[in-house]
Amino acid sequence: MNLFFISLQYIKARPLSNLLNTVILALGIAVIVFLLLASHQLEEKLIKNAKGIDLVVGSKGSPMQLILSAIFHIDYPTGNIGLEDARALARHPMVKQVIPMALGDSYKGFRIVGTDSRYPEHYKAEIAQGRWWKNDMEVTIGSKVAQASGLKVGDRFAGSHGMGDGVGDEHAEHQYVVTGIMKPSGTVLDNLVLTTIGSVWLVHEDHSKEDSTAHVPQVTNQPDTLSGLPPGKEGRELTVMLIQYRNPMAAIQLPRFINAQSRLQAASPAVEVARLFRILGVGVSVVQGFSYLIIVVAALSIFIALYNALKERRYDLAVMRALGASQTKLFALVMLEGLLIALAGSLFGIFLGHVMAASIGYLGEEAEQAQFTGLIFLVEECLILGGALLIGALTALIPAIGAYRTDISAVLAKGE
Amino acid sequence: MIDTTELSIEFAGGRKLTFAPWQLTQGEVSLLIGGSGSGKTTLIHLLAGLRQSSSGNITIAGANLAHMPKAQADRFRGRYIGLIFQQPHLLASLTVTQNLLAAQYFAGLPANSKRIAEVIAELNLSHRADAFPHQMSQGEQQRAAIARAMLNQPRVILADEPTASLDDDNCQAVANLLLLQAARYKATLVIATHDGRLKNLIPKHRCL
Repeated sequence: MNLFFISLQYIKARPLSNLLNTVILALGIAVIVFLLLASHQLEEKLIKNAKGIDLVVGSKGSPMQLILSAIFHIDYPTGNIGLEDARALARHPMVKQVIPMALGDSYKGFRIVGTDSRYPEHYKAEIAQGRWWKNDMEVTIGSKVAQASGLKVGDRFAGSHGMGDGVGDEHAEHQYVVTGIMKPSGTVLDNLVLTTIGSVWLVHEDHSKEDSTAHVPQVTNQPDTLSGLPPGKEGRELTVMLIQYRNPMAAIQLPRFINAQSRLQAASPAVEVARLFRILGVGVSVVQGFSYLIIVVAALSIFIALYNALKERRYDLAVMRALGASQTKLFALVMLEGLLIALAGSLFGIFLGHVMAASIGYLGEEAEQAQFTGLIFLVEECLILGGALLIGALTALIPAIGAYRTDISAVLAKGE
Repeated sequence: MIDTTELSIEFAGGRKLTFAPWQLTQGEVSLLIGGSGSGKTTLIHLLAGLRQSSSGNITIAGANLAHMPKAQADRFRGRYIGLIFQQPHLLASLTVTQNLLAAQYFAGLPANSKRIAEVIAELNLSHRADAFPHQMSQGEQQRAAIARAMLNQPRVILADEPTASLDDDNCQAVANLLLLQAARYKATLVIATHDGRLKNLIPKHRCL
């Protein structure tokens, strides 16, 4: 027999009211924990994917859209840029490295990216099965792509025009062949189909003006398509280029230089990601404010329950004193009750928050891209737990003082 | 066992009660008789240390209860004084056995289930050991309250109108139990009452 047991018995004696208070508190805490987990993981993902990319160059349009489409592969590309412009920029002395990309097609909702070998190298991706693509019409697919589509090394498939699932026509006459599958890297590569830029050009060859060699894939052992810009005819286009600066000065001069050109636009991932967080931040703040409100209501509800219980229990408290309990013990008893409810509410809330984070992927295609997990625990959650216990202590304080001050003689003398 | 000098207590309204000195030896049994408002309950509460007197000394089992700090008085009461009220006042969310465990816990004594089983058996409640108070009859609840008062083998048992809400049969039974238990543990027993039925059973009494 101890205070903990007696507190628990009192909580069990009013199951509905205490359950309700626990659930309300848990809901408020779950939302806060979810926001914490989601924004932490989103930030981590954005940073991981944008790491080492100083500048994205594409055609004119929204810089945010350019970043979202080129780095995170969520939005649509702004348009194409001419190969000659790209070539000129790649030779610029302040540019250390460029990763060219040709976008436009997808397979079962996964984007087909025409690029070169520096793109997977940039993310330190590794091959799980098979080998990297080498020639036109060869692809290496991400782990998620392999998992979702069931494609294996050696399988053939046709891409479809556009970027959604089942949109646009299939390029049925051009079959890609899978040469390799990447290991999961936790980056955007997991959801991509990588091939040569030449493949993308090949698939989109204008049939009306085709010449005799247009449909012949390049098959060489050392195709220059694997590093650097491929040789292309007049009028060939790329979608974007990911650029690494050669020196810090480039950060100041290069974007200005590029944006001054009429056909090109440069966008900084760091700036746009920060802007994205500012925009998201407003929504997050609103939801956060609402969840704090829920917690305040829960705290109030716990307070009222304890306060009412105090009135019902004044005989019990007086009898405990008659049996030898000190005033401090009665104070502790009521405090313990508030703390236990707060503890149960916050543990349940943290659990619920993790379940919400884990299940967000099932809400839809866009959410699935985010790939949140409920299985990480953050230091901030200890802070939330501590805060909730503090709230429990605060709500129990006034009733506990009431218990401490109970005039036992007056209560017992009243009989009943 | 109980030794008081003249005790006085002042109430909030300015009303003042004084009690003449009173001595009771170990094992002595006495009724405390008086009309309502005469201060029976007040005196019982003073003797139990449930409230503080304005002046005077109360010596129980050799300790001066009137001058003890509150927490110490609480502990002393739990250990040496058994209290019985008109209503059983069992802790509603605990079973009979748990109520008795709580009595040991609050008195600062180690849990002793053997002693609990013994007391429950003495008061013929063994079949109700795991019952909650609301599942028991009034008589059973009062027996459980007596069991709780006896549990820690107190030197002094103070009962405040223990039979007022009981019928004749239960009144007789409770009175007999109190006398029997007090005799078994050689405890000094004071019963505050205006119940005429008890006067026939206990000759010695003190009027307020």
